[in-house]
Amino acid sequence: MLKVQNISAGYGSRDILRDISFEVPEGRITALLGANGAGKTTLLRTLNRTLETRSGEVFLADMPLSEMSRRDIARGIAVVAQENETSFPVTVQEFVLSGRFAHGSTFGWETVADLSAAETGLVVCELADMRDRLMNELSGGERQRVLLARALATEARVLLLDEPTANLDLSHQAMMFRLVNERSKGCGGSAVVITHDLNLASEFADEILLLKKGEIAAQGPPGKVLTADLIRSVFGVDVLLDSNPGTGNVRVTNLW
Amino acid sequence: MTVRESINGRAKAFRYGAALLILLGIAILAAASLGAENISLFHLNDAGSTILFEIRLPRILLGACVGASLAAAGAGLQALLRNPLAEPYLLGVSNGAALGTMVAIVLFGSFDYARPVLAFAGAALSTFAVYQMARSKVGMNSERLILSGVIVTTLLSSVIILLTSLLDATRLRSFTFWLLGDLSQATRSGFYICLASAVIGTLILSTQAKALNLMMVGERDAFDFGVEVERTRLAVFAASAGLVGIAVSASGSVGFVGLIVPHLIRLAVGSDNRLVLPFSALFGASFVVIADTAARTMIAPRELPVGAITALIGCPLFIWLLRRN
Repeated sequence: MLKVQNISAGYGSRDILRDISFEVPEGRITALLGANGAGKTTLLRTLNRTLETRSGEVFLADMPLSEMSRRDIARGIAVVAQENETSFPVTVQEFVLSGRFAHGSTFGWETVADLSAAETGLVVCELADMRDRLMNELSGGERQRVLLARALATEARVLLLDEPTANLDLSHQAMMFRLVNERSKGCGGSAVVITHDLNLASEFADEILLLKKGEIAAQGPPGKVLTADLIRSVFGVDVLLDSNPGTGNVRVTNLW
Repeated sequence: MTVRESINGRAKAFRYGAALLILLGIAILAAASLGAENISLFHLNDAGSTILFEIRLPRILLGACVGASLAAAGAGLQALLRNPLAEPYLLGVSNGAALGTMVAIVLFGSFDYARPVLAFAGAALSTFAVYQMARSKVGMNSERLILSGVIVTTLLSSVIILLTSLLDATRLRSFTFWLLGDLSQATRSGFYICLASAVIGTLILSTQAKALNLMMVGERDAFDFGVEVERTRLAVFAASAGLVGIAVSASGSVGFVGLIVPHLIRLAVGSDNRLVLPFSALFGASFVVIADTAARTMIAPRELPVGAITALIGCPLFIWLLRRN
């Protein structure tokens, strides 16, 4: 679905990512883990060409992003970024609908397809009764759900999420991953998620990509990547590993 | 309530659009009959018809075009710059256009079309200057933008004052009036140029409305969701500079229209730029027609510059908006 081939990227004279290659196959969730400044957000931004790569190429369904228009990319890849604020009175519903920009004409009104995609996004993210609230009156967690609803409304098959659970309570964290999971598994899509929560990654990701100073330190299923040695080398902390008695997945406990 | 009922922009567009058109019609009729000489539109005598068709109507219609231009440009710039305080006058765009007009008067006094062209160039240059100054590595915030606008406005004002000192005493007074925004010099050709620019400019801005809906939340966001950010920015800057430039070359710097009008429109219809942009143009037209009628009649037979009236309304609103933000 998404294939990354030998990309390097950075800002100005600073190199952030060096020679990164990996694949996100259909139906899979990949978690991007790494210490602050390891290049996770930079990598995520190259995945929809918000940031141009210095070398290498990203492919969406075998099509190089450099040959696709902004609208084509947006129809295939949706983003849940860290939140934005606006000084204008934008309602939740208008915000979610704006995610349909890449569909249909660049002006004119939304089509029935646009409206129903937005409606689905609102309903699954439990925002249906908040649709007329203004964005700048919402709590951080509510806003994050709106960002997910907008991304889902695009009906893009690839989701890129930058710390989507940072402001969410436990039940909405579960909701977030359930929805991302459904989109990936149910509709032949896939997702790349940045998170700092190793246990969430262990529970929900099929693959983990561990970044260290702009390079891939390890890559593979959670059971293989979440080892005490690798975690110590990337995060510089000692952890205790056992398995979650409920799910059997690896559980990471910081030894502080 | 489902998405279908509540978002129905089309119904809103017809309802508010019709109301704003009716308002504009009433404003124009009232403005035509009111003045130093009150004219009954139903029993026109020769003198009345001369006043009406030769003096009053050109001025009213020009005022409508100027108002539409300034309000649409304000609405567009606000969405683009993600700042409800952005306004052509405060950003120095109007002063850029005023300086361009002055240069045209001083250098090509007899050539009619030099004024709008140089005014547009001046507006475009000052827009670009303010935008470059306000941008920083971390993005652009309100304070930086307003400060950059103040600096550019001040600089341009001093150049304008330098140039005015080259004018003789009789032209000086009419020029001072014009600088504050004055419609009394309305001509038919000025009206046609301004009408064309108001219509074309508002249409160009409206084609960017959906993109602006995303841009006003965040540029990176807009890019993520498929907006060609650079293209939208260029279209909005160029259209606004054209609208402001040509309006200013015809009527001087009528301030605050671009602030007051889009704000009131947003209170009524929300933030969807597909409604805000064209409705701001329509309401801006009525607003300036009404303000200019007040300017003509308040101390008749003497007149105030219309810019003084709009500033009297606009300044308190600006302060209120600034405090609320």
